[in-house]
Amino acid sequence: MVCPASTSNRPPAAPLAALLAELTQARAARGPALPFGIDAIDRRLADHGLDGAALHEIAAASATLSDDAAATLFAAGIAARFATQPGFTVFWALTRFDLYAPGLEQVGLGPDKVLYAQGTSDSAVLAMTEDALRDGSLACVIAEVKSADQTATRRLQLAASDGKTPMLLYRRHRVSDRCPLSGLSSAMTRWRIGCVPSARLPHPGVGRARWSVKLVRQRNGNPFSLELDACDDQGRLALPAPAPDRASAAAGAASQAA
Amino acid sequence: MREMGRRSESAEHPFKAIPADEGGASIQPAPAPTWKTLWGQPMILITRTGQREMVTAACPVALELGLRPGMAAAHARALVTDLDVRDADPDADRAWLDRLALHAVGHWTPTACPSSNDGMWLDLTGTTHLFGGEARFCRRLLRFLERLGFTGSIAIAGTPGAAHALARYSGEAITLLPPGTETKAIADLPLTALRLEPQALLSAARFGLERIADLYPMPRAPLARRLGLATVRRLDQARGLVAEPIAPVVPFEAPRAERRLLEPIGTAEAITQVIGDLVDDLVVLLQERGMGLRAAHLTCVIVDGTEQHVAIGTARATRDARHLKRMLGMRIERIDPGPGIEAMMLVAPRVEELRAQTLEAGLGTSDRPPDIAPLIDQLAGRIEPDAPFRLSSHESDVPERAVRRVEALAKPLGWPTWKRPVRMLRRPELLSHVVALLPDHPPRRFTWRGSDYRVVAGDGPERIHGEWWRKPQEMWAVRDYFRVEATGGERFWIFRRGDGVDAPTGDLSWYMHGLFG
Repeated sequence: MVCPASTSNRPPAAPLAALLAELTQARAARGPALPFGIDAIDRRLADHGLDGAALHEIAAASATLSDDAAATLFAAGIAARFATQPGFTVFWALTRFDLYAPGLEQVGLGPDKVLYAQGTSDSAVLAMTEDALRDGSLACVIAEVKSADQTATRRLQLAASDGKTPMLLYRRHRVSDRCPLSGLSSAMTRWRIGCVPSARLPHPGVGRARWSVKLVRQRNGNPFSLELDACDDQGRLALPAPAPDRASAAAGAASQAA
Repeated sequence: MREMGRRSESAEHPFKAIPADEGGASIQPAPAPTWKTLWGQPMILITRTGQREMVTAACPVALELGLRPGMAAAHARALVTDLDVRDADPDADRAWLDRLALHAVGHWTPTACPSSNDGMWLDLTGTTHLFGGEARFCRRLLRFLERLGFTGSIAIAGTPGAAHALARYSGEAITLLPPGTETKAIADLPLTALRLEPQALLSAARFGLERIADLYPMPRAPLARRLGLATVRRLDQARGLVAEPIAPVVPFEAPRAERRLLEPIGTAEAITQVIGDLVDDLVVLLQERGMGLRAAHLTCVIVDGTEQHVAIGTARATRDARHLKRMLGMRIERIDPGPGIEAMMLVAPRVEELRAQTLEAGLGTSDRPPDIAPLIDQLAGRIEPDAPFRLSSHESDVPERAVRRVEALAKPLGWPTWKRPVRMLRRPELLSHVVALLPDHPPRRFTWRGSDYRVVAGDGPERIHGEWWRKPQEMWAVRDYFRVEATGGERFWIFRRGDGVDAPTGDLSWYMHGLFG
């Protein structure tokens, strides 16, 4: 009598197949994920890339301005790769304008691809962002805010999946010793970017910038941490080339620092 | 009188310019009376056709001196010394006439238009009694022109042709012609008064025809054969035998829709309903005229006589009712209905031409980028009075001046590919404790915002010169920019004032300006 009960508890095959089909359909409707093109990242991401209809959060590793700049470039590079098709626009909303557009152009986000808007407060920025997401005519939306609670992030996540537009929420540091990613959020992925020393060149000069890229949290996946070379002029990241002779490189750096 | 010396240098007159303290005359002699001081300087306007300069107009003083329109300018200059010669500007004259015609349409008569390039026709039928009769209207018009700085002569006649002739050739400021006497009144005027072709005037002069009266007894068929059919038509038009309608100028009226309400309203739903009706009315008007609006102005008249205003602007000309309703709906909360709104008006003060547009075939394969103009309007509504913008390059090497805001639908230009930071400080911040090798090396260490940085690598210098045409202080100023990396991996954009060699280029102080990630 036990055996028949257990078989009746097991869900029958037909509804299960229907559920699976529904799930794959929902996944297809959510839009394709944008891969980074680096196997080390894509392999560890649940979607094998960044979901094109969801909220992603990015923050600097520390409250310093250089980490801030690195995180900005990381967001700009992702936006540039979302907006590769000609004529598509990225919307960048923020409260305090200190971006320098020539620098953004050098990661592939040219002036004809970005539309900026400056709001007076975080709430104005979030309202604009939600409008832009629901409109669905943009390639990507970036918003810089200092504070966004879980309700705000949930609204953004819903708007992003409704409008099928990727959303990058850039969280600025408010209190110097507290990470802005420590609060609750509905984001699909949460990234923390910081600067690390670049590889020394054989001649004097600054090499390609290098970042520490930390995926702090992702849905359906595990966090990880990597060191990556910064965005090139198309917004693509790269794995650092393995140093052939670490001892001699260190000696070069020491001689240059002098 | 010429001093011995180089012929290329003009020598000063030896007795003319002695300063007063060296024995020269301290009191200037009174200027001798000239034409200029007595009557004002004569002035003429000229036009150039190829090498030839012709007088097109002369002021009263010049006319008294014997200068006439149609003279060669060289002749006029020879006749009168001290002549003020200026270029004629027919386009500006035409613009004045058009403005005057619009004013006439608004104030005097609905039918008015410029006639040739120096006059205006007003159809005064049934309007002069509003101004106290024809004579009073003419005096009033002349005074109006006088206030504007114009002189004029007016003729009121039964036909436009006769009025044209009398106003220009009767020699009186005001001519009022009783009806039915046109033929007699213009009989003594010269033939040019009839607006004839130059060719016809030449032929008429050859036949010895000088006055309009000379044409009356002539048989019509030979007249048309000799002087052209146009001449006969002009003559008939002036005598009133053939009609000559005046094509009036039509002033532009901003499209407007209005709703007067039976009962005062105060709820948001009611206001939304009225706005929807107004937008529907306005869209029909715009569609008839082939226009799209760039700005709309909503006025709500409150029961107590005050008014509430709401304005919207659009990034591109539109007459999409849904979009307009949504944009006005976003601003309903700013309307304070008070005791109730009794009338609402929607006006489009700024419109642009908007013709029918082809629809995209909805096959789902088009890769045309989506239109973001409605979104821009919506975003602008969130951050009024600010608006979304793009950044475009501006021709300047100084980094903070190389970026300029342009409007959201403009086509911006890119920048050169020099390495530039992604975030810039609002203004450069002074670095302290800088250790650097002059003139061409990045610093080895520096202190910024209270922390010390050791530099491990640097690129530079990139020399940027000041823009002397903006400020005199930038005449010699030089900034040497370096891109440096500190031990912790921070990458900075710093600059030094001065090139390290010449002192006027700067004081060799170091500044932080931006951050590379």
